[in-house]
Amino acid sequence: MKILIPIKRVVDYNVRVRVKKDGSGVETANVKMSMNPFCEIAVEEAVRITEAGKADEIVVVTVGGRQCQDILRTALAMGADRAILIETDVAVQPLAIAKLLKAIVEREGPGLVITGKQAIDDDNNQTGQMLSALLGWPQATFASDIEFTGEGLRVAREVDDGIETVAVKLPAVVTTDLRLNEPRYVKLPNIMKAKKKPLDVVTPDDLGVDVTPSIEVLNVAEPPVRSAGVMVADVQELVDKLRNEAKVI
Amino acid sequence: MSILVIAEHDNNAIRAATLNAVGAAAQLGGDITLLVAGSNCKAAAAAGAGIAGVGKVLHVDAPHYEHGLAEELAPLVVACCNGASHILAPANTFGKNLAPRVAALLDVGMVADVVSIEAADTFVRPIYAGNAMATVKSADRVKVISVRTTNFDAAEAEGGTAAIETLSSVPGPAGLSDFVILESPESERPELTSAKVVLSGGRGFGSGDNFRLLEEVADKLGAAIGASRAAVDAGYVPNDYQVGQTGKVVAPDLYVAVGISGAIQHLAGMKESKVIVAINKDEEAPIFEIADYGLVADLFQALPEFSAELDKLD
Repeated sequence: MKILIPIKRVVDYNVRVRVKKDGSGVETANVKMSMNPFCEIAVEEAVRITEAGKADEIVVVTVGGRQCQDILRTALAMGADRAILIETDVAVQPLAIAKLLKAIVEREGPGLVITGKQAIDDDNNQTGQMLSALLGWPQATFASDIEFTGEGLRVAREVDDGIETVAVKLPAVVTTDLRLNEPRYVKLPNIMKAKKKPLDVVTPDDLGVDVTPSIEVLNVAEPPVRSAGVMVADVQELVDKLRNEAKVI
Repeated sequence: MSILVIAEHDNNAIRAATLNAVGAAAQLGGDITLLVAGSNCKAAAAAGAGIAGVGKVLHVDAPHYEHGLAEELAPLVVACCNGASHILAPANTFGKNLAPRVAALLDVGMVADVVSIEAADTFVRPIYAGNAMATVKSADRVKVISVRTTNFDAAEAEGGTAAIETLSSVPGPAGLSDFVILESPESERPELTSAKVVLSGGRGFGSGDNFRLLEEVADKLGAAIGASRAAVDAGYVPNDYQVGQTGKVVAPDLYVAVGISGAIQHLAGMKESKVIVAINKDEEAPIFEIADYGLVADLFQALPEFSAELDKLD
């Protein structure tokens, strides 16, 4: 079985983002970029599934500019076999990403797609669900455990009430939550090997997908600032303030 | 305008998040229709009809809707949304799972995590874990939206007199996906996302056992208990306690963060709380930058003292 892993290049999660003064977005020039952490978990899971003998090929794919090749190479160094860059300079939105991925799924014929539940830039949490809808496949979102059964997968999902387990038939789309696994560190020899692995470039036109956004970003602003309050000396003063000043207890 | 709100319910009662989604729909203005799809969910449909502001309840009863699986519900929502200008769901794990699937079937984009409605097509939503706020305008013919429940007042659960229209179910995609089990930790406490008081613990507790100190105070305040991602990752408490960017978003009247340093991802889930208290032994902890009341103290001393002080109150 082949596994397809859609990944995204985002501002590194350790970077404190700055809103641009003109309100057009956040500053990304000269900022460290990395693979979205949830996508890293997706790559790791695919590598583990393959190491366990349940799959035999991992294809990673991303949508973006030429610079996105760096995260594809990282995924190849982690253990993916091939990479595809869908090259475009448009800031493609989830529905169009899902359409691009559907076209790739139709070309590649994977038995399983694993992707991050959300990207930490736009926090949309949509692409996996949209892809599975377009394909008519089952979806197992926010996965914290994936188990292969005879008929498909048994996936534990992190939901508001606790852990929900669903059984899905294959092919399916799974989106990862944080506790699914801890991604491995990439070793230097693997980085060298990754340079020789195949990386294909296609365009949205090649795939016949219109990537024009339907949602326009009018403005990006700083969030309202919450100012620091007062320090209290001890618990007694705290309880007194909460009761008599804030009146919340 | 005609707004379809997808109700989250347990087949008997409507979940609190649905009331906030109806509250958001009321801000948009227009006719509000509530879709209650489940199995033996007549009671939930009746409860939905009582929500103030709801004009009509669409009640659909079939075994394949019992567990709210997105694969089953999405085609039904599409079948029910004729003429709707907006489709709303709460931005919790239920809505986040379902709404994008609905949007894709309708071939429209989706606006997730809306915190403010500026116009019928213009919304504000947090990006970068709430470190920036984006105002976005949707050109889609149907606006599919998930709303942050903490940013919209709940509609009154009673007083409404909506008509209930019972529809027949739509055939599901049969067996793509099956519910197996929901493991939900038993708790007598109020629900985290709707509690008036939330006490959260972090890595500073050092073990799950030590959360007892927090529970003792929570019992006296009638509070829900939350946790930072670090505490959940360390296995001190289950995942459904997690407050933050990838966990739950809460906005209680009082939020007490104990032994939590205040990573951006945690702040994203609680900074809309009315009053924030931070108790941490590290005076440099970033949590103090947003706290209304800060106490630099060892939690192992402060929590028993807190509990004792509460006993003195009448």
